[in-house]
Amino acid sequence: MPIRKFLLALVVTACAALFAVQAGAQALTVQIVNGVPSAIPVTVVPFGQQGSGPASPVDIAQIVSMDLDRCGKFHTLPTSEIVESPTTGSQIKFATWQQLKQDYIVVGRTSYDGGVLHAEFELWDVNKQQQLLALSITGQGSDLRRVAHQIADQIYQKIIGVRGAFDTRIAYVTMVGLGKNAQYALVVADSDGYNPQTVVHSHEALLSPAWSPDGNELAYVSFESGDSAIYIQNVSTGARRVVSARPGINGAPRFSPDGKRLAVSLSFQGNPEIYTLDLATGALTRLTHNLAIDTEPSWTPDGQNIVFTSDRSGKPQLYQIPSAGGTPQRITFQGQWNGDVSIGYDGNKLAMVEGNGNVYRIAVMDRSLGGQETFVSPGNLDESPSWAPNASMLLYAATEGPRGVLYAVSADGRVRQRLVLGDGDVRSPAWGPYRNP
Amino acid sequence: MNATVRVSVIALFCLAAAACAKKQEVKPQPPPEQPTTTTAPATTEGAFTPADLQSNECLRTRVVYFDFDKSNIKPEFEQIIACHAKYLRDRPMARMTLEGNTDERGTREYNLGLGERRGNAVASALEAAGASSDQIKVVSYGEERPVCREHNEGCWHQNRRVNIVYTTE
Repeated sequence: MPIRKFLLALVVTACAALFAVQAGAQALTVQIVNGVPSAIPVTVVPFGQQGSGPASPVDIAQIVSMDLDRCGKFHTLPTSEIVESPTTGSQIKFATWQQLKQDYIVVGRTSYDGGVLHAEFELWDVNKQQQLLALSITGQGSDLRRVAHQIADQIYQKIIGVRGAFDTRIAYVTMVGLGKNAQYALVVADSDGYNPQTVVHSHEALLSPAWSPDGNELAYVSFESGDSAIYIQNVSTGARRVVSARPGINGAPRFSPDGKRLAVSLSFQGNPEIYTLDLATGALTRLTHNLAIDTEPSWTPDGQNIVFTSDRSGKPQLYQIPSAGGTPQRITFQGQWNGDVSIGYDGNKLAMVEGNGNVYRIAVMDRSLGGQETFVSPGNLDESPSWAPNASMLLYAATEGPRGVLYAVSADGRVRQRLVLGDGDVRSPAWGPYRNP
Repeated sequence: MNATVRVSVIALFCLAAAACAKKQEVKPQPPPEQPTTTTAPATTEGAFTPADLQSNECLRTRVVYFDFDKSNIKPEFEQIIACHAKYLRDRPMARMTLEGNTDERGTREYNLGLGERRGNAVASALEAAGASSDQIKVVSYGEERPVCREHNEGCWHQNRRVNIVYTTE
């Protein structure tokens, strides 16, 4: 019966749509690909329970250990080898941990009452038998895992001397289905892939999310109107506005470090050129004048310069131009194909896609070391590098078989962690700025 | 006409025919509703009508393919450009969108530019053959709309394309 068939089709379509949304909301899973023998040995002892309330719904010690392991600078003792369970500094038998060749030990307690998680922890130097940190952190609602990330950040900063970036968020695009059934989503999650929240859905392509410096907004490109357009959307309220929907390409948005301008690539004057867009006035300033493709602009941390991709010399390479206008200078000379730069917070580390033949890998060029390059990904179709705010790690997109996956890799390329969505493609990662606790 | 030229001309026709046949494999079209009596649709004689978009072998071909990182139109596609340009000349009200696409190699934003460059190359060729720029709109989807999703040249070749889409026949 035609009507029954139609209704069935309707139900199937609705279920498929629902499933797609559910799939998009799955947490990413983590996997350490290769370890580093030289990493600092640290033990995070499972936290004890304080008070008469229920047990903590999140395993703080496990989350802290995962954070420390995936940044590549630490190697945590596996739970099975943690032979004693001190929960306060006075309970630590240092000889035990010295024998296990541990440099640092973390102990702590949690109490959980009325939806509020309170964690106290101590960081000790095992050899000096010295307390380095003793802090308490509180979280509630959907922020329970943040308590652990904030503890990991404190430990990272105390030992490494640089602010930790575990308590941060990432944005990425997912795609499920093919052709006319494709469903895209722009997703925001914790830096370890947990707590994914869909910011926007679309049946047309979404790409190039970029965070505002305060972490409140995302700029991105959407084809939902048929053509490319650049939107800025508030992550928590969902309110959004179109900032560029000119004829041709509206692409590659990146906020200036002060958040007042957006660097973009627009082709309404003939071919893709780099512009800055004043977000308060809407005024456009054109920076490049060339028949080449000029795209993927990225600001240096001081806001003085913009590094972008251009194929004016034949194949794409990176160029730098003053953000107030001037003459572009080519800055990459190794590799046949270089593009899509992400600039570390100190302005020295430039992560980029470097292509040689059919192999595209993420390369990190250190301008403080005379442009010395290191490959941090194996290829063959790696793209979209994005630094953590402390440049300890970066995210990138890779292709494995039929699907796209995200990797987090340490800055030296030695520890990689795969973030896999249940099904479909994950791409275009963007690591957000530091969050205020 | 000497023998060499004659052979070349025949070879060119074969190439064009092969190109047409190949396009149909990649993007299957519904079987044309062939008029029962005529077998040779108008090509250069007379003005095209919307019915020719379904029946004319050349007009039914709506994809132009490109080499890697290139946007120049290869000789085997010149005939396709010529018949679509004639259609636009014959039908001033007709409008088309040229959808530029790339393979997956390289970055997404760069590929938006490359897809647009390919679309513009087809638009320029159509305009050089007498179509009006008012009739043509170029949209680039970069690598976002692959027709084939394997990671090899056989697949990449099918994705490096401009789709000709008539929005007003």
